[in-house]
Amino acid sequence: MQPIYMDNNATTACDPAVVAAMLPYFTEQFGNASSIHSFGSRVGKALKEARGQVQSLLGAAHDSEIVFNSCGTEADATAILSALKANPERRTVITTTVEHPAILSLCQWLEKEDCVVHRLRVDGKGRLDLDEYASLLNDRVAIVSAMWANNETGTLFPVEEMAEMAHAQGIPFHTDAVQAVGKVAIDLKKTKIDMLSLSGHKLHAPKGIGVLYVRRNTRFRPLLRGGHQERGRRAGTENSASIVGLGVACGLAQQYMREENTTVKRLRDRLERGILGSVRNAFVNGDTLYRLPNTTSIAFEYVEGEGILLLLNQQGIAASSGSACTSGSLEPSHVLRAMAIPYTAAHGTIRFSLSRYNTAQEVEQVIAAVPPVIAKLRKLSPYWSGDAPLARPEEAFRPDYA
Amino acid sequence: MWDYSDKVREHFFNPRNSGPLDGANGTGDFGSIKCGDALRLMLRVNPETEVIDDARFQTFGCGSAIASSSALTEIIKGKTLDEALRVSNQDIADYLDGLPPEKMHCSVMGREALQAAVADYRGESWKDDHEEGELICKCFAIDTVMIEDTVRANSLRTIEEVANYTKAGGGCSACHEKIEDILIAVNGRLYAREVKPTRAPVASSGTPDMPKLTNYQRIRRIEETLEEIRPLLQREHGDVTLVEIDGRNIYVELSGACQGCAMQAATLGGVQQKLSETLGELVQVLPIAPLVRA
Ligand SMILES: Cc1ncc(COP(=O)(O)O)c(C=O)c1O
Ligand code: FES
Repeated sequence: MQPIYMDNNATTACDPAVVAAMLPYFTEQFGNASSIHSFGSRVGKALKEARGQVQSLLGAAHDSEIVFNSCGTEADATAILSALKANPERRTVITTTVEHPAILSLCQWLEKEDCVVHRLRVDGKGRLDLDEYASLLNDRVAIVSAMWANNETGTLFPVEEMAEMAHAQGIPFHTDAVQAVGKVAIDLKKTKIDMLSLSGHKLHAPKGIGVLYVRRNTRFRPLLRGGHQERGRRAGTENSASIVGLGVACGLAQQYMREENTTVKRLRDRLERGILGSVRNAFVNGDTLYRLPNTTSIAFEYVEGEGILLLLNQQGIAASSGSACTSGSLEPSHVLRAMAIPYTAAHGTIRFSLSRYNTAQEVEQVIAAVPPVIAKLRKLSPYWSGDAPLARPEEAFRPDYA
Repeated sequence: MWDYSDKVREHFFNPRNSGPLDGANGTGDFGSIKCGDALRLMLRVNPETEVIDDARFQTFGCGSAIASSSALTEIIKGKTLDEALRVSNQDIADYLDGLPPEKMHCSVMGREALQAAVADYRGESWKDDHEEGELICKCFAIDTVMIEDTVRANSLRTIEEVANYTKAGGGCSACHEKIEDILIAVNGRLYAREVKPTRAPVASSGTPDMPKLTNYQRIRRIEETLEEIRPLLQREHGDVTLVEIDGRNIYVELSGACQGCAMQAATLGGVQQKLSETLGELVQVLPIAPLVRA
């Protein structure tokens, strides 16, 4: 059986056109873009073209606002640290409880460095309270950073509105758009967003290439100083092959944007309805009205996600779990916890994230595969009996915990 | 995904003894707060002989939690209660050909559920005294609770002291930032590290600043290093003795609590790291089974 890949929020396959465009930059086009000779200048031209492709996908006003770097994590760290360095008298950062660890771990460390961090809470559907947000905006805030789309649930934040609100108070606004770019139409020049992070490997470009968009006239301090690459805003010889690949991927993303929001979305909706229609005690996490077109996060109550993933994997189906038991940390997902999802459901949450490479047939295969997997694990579950949960399961099984 | 042994996978895909047990006369429910996994262990004990005639489980948890539960029931069936209580969590892990350090708590959970079930059968009340915290040091599988308690009890000030008392931080050193955080949290400040005369760094073979040792010096150094480590192990009622040196392979005997303790694999890993560092060459530390197995 052909494997079925539905973990595109973790990473995506490189588009063959991306790989083809990159290959010459490992062989004959090996030059350093900074060199005067023709080996270098050809590469320089290719980088310029890629910069234009990224600019176009983001709707940025100038191509000089695109700063290539190594990954989404670097872009996030650069944005926040830059804002703090550029405004040393401001020591407060506003972010949200459901950000990626690229932001949250950094903020945790910043607190040790005497910064104040406000993490905006979310409701049961993962939505922010904009009144709470407004009440926190003041002239001690160095930067607001809020993700455009959540990687676990796909829930979208109203970042354009949030950027306006920050801007009105003279506060720079950054968004981690790693999951949104390529799936959500973005036109930065019409917004007040000052900085935006993206990562190549989430949109069919390679891993290890990222971009920080920095709006013209944003006060900026580089993370890495050295050569004059990226106009001195990110030193280090350019990863030319990956930049070219990212450029092509951005071109393709623009071309497939409609398909992403029609075809892929329909596949996701069919998958979700198909599974919910045949598995009881299951529900969708997040804001289903306002989310990425490719993502569904489904909680299967009274079973644990890793078991589901192992059994799905046995059938060649790749998804990921909301209980981070699989990801090296054992804590249940901080996103689901922030949404106050009961732990018997948070632990059994599976994220399916699709791409334009998925087919209707694959979706039907997954719909058929999931119910027996859940049934098998529920048979092992102390919360379950026969075809249904025990009456008042949380009381029927109340283990001592250590 | 985790690097599970074939045995873990096999017990997960085909769990033995799962589901409710009719006529159970001892039940233990136990969970690990750290990851939210929990299991119910049910025993049917012969009141005449105290032999566990049957054991079944129900588990809400990850692959290794289910595999550990399955292994536990297989191990204890046919044993008397007293025999069963001697089963350690390492026995469960060994039965499964090992568990990743992050997942050792699954075997601990199984062992605690067993104690709870036996107490239930005997009509005793059972209080668990086991506390778990975030895993800090992966080399030695040591968590926050263990480090905090040891730092407090012994007024430790530096990472070196923490490593001497708990082994945490004595391996790859990647966990040092987290250990410093714990020291600051407990002591309110970070004391300066002792400056020791620098030893040569971990050497790949033939590093120029590491003079080549004569055979005699090499053996002496191995012995000295093991002597340094022994007090730590003895504190946990274990011990290590050198048995044989054969080129890169150094054979040791772990005894007492170390043999079959939760950290055996990690202990060996730590000893190996330490020896490799002091010798300036890569060596492999291999356990030799003691003659009598407890
Ligand atoms: C929302 C979000 N931000 C940041 C990242 C990190 O990106 P990268 O892996 O390129 O560092 C990811 C991907 O894992 C993500 O989903
Ligand atoms: S993780 Fe602690 S020494 Fe390696």
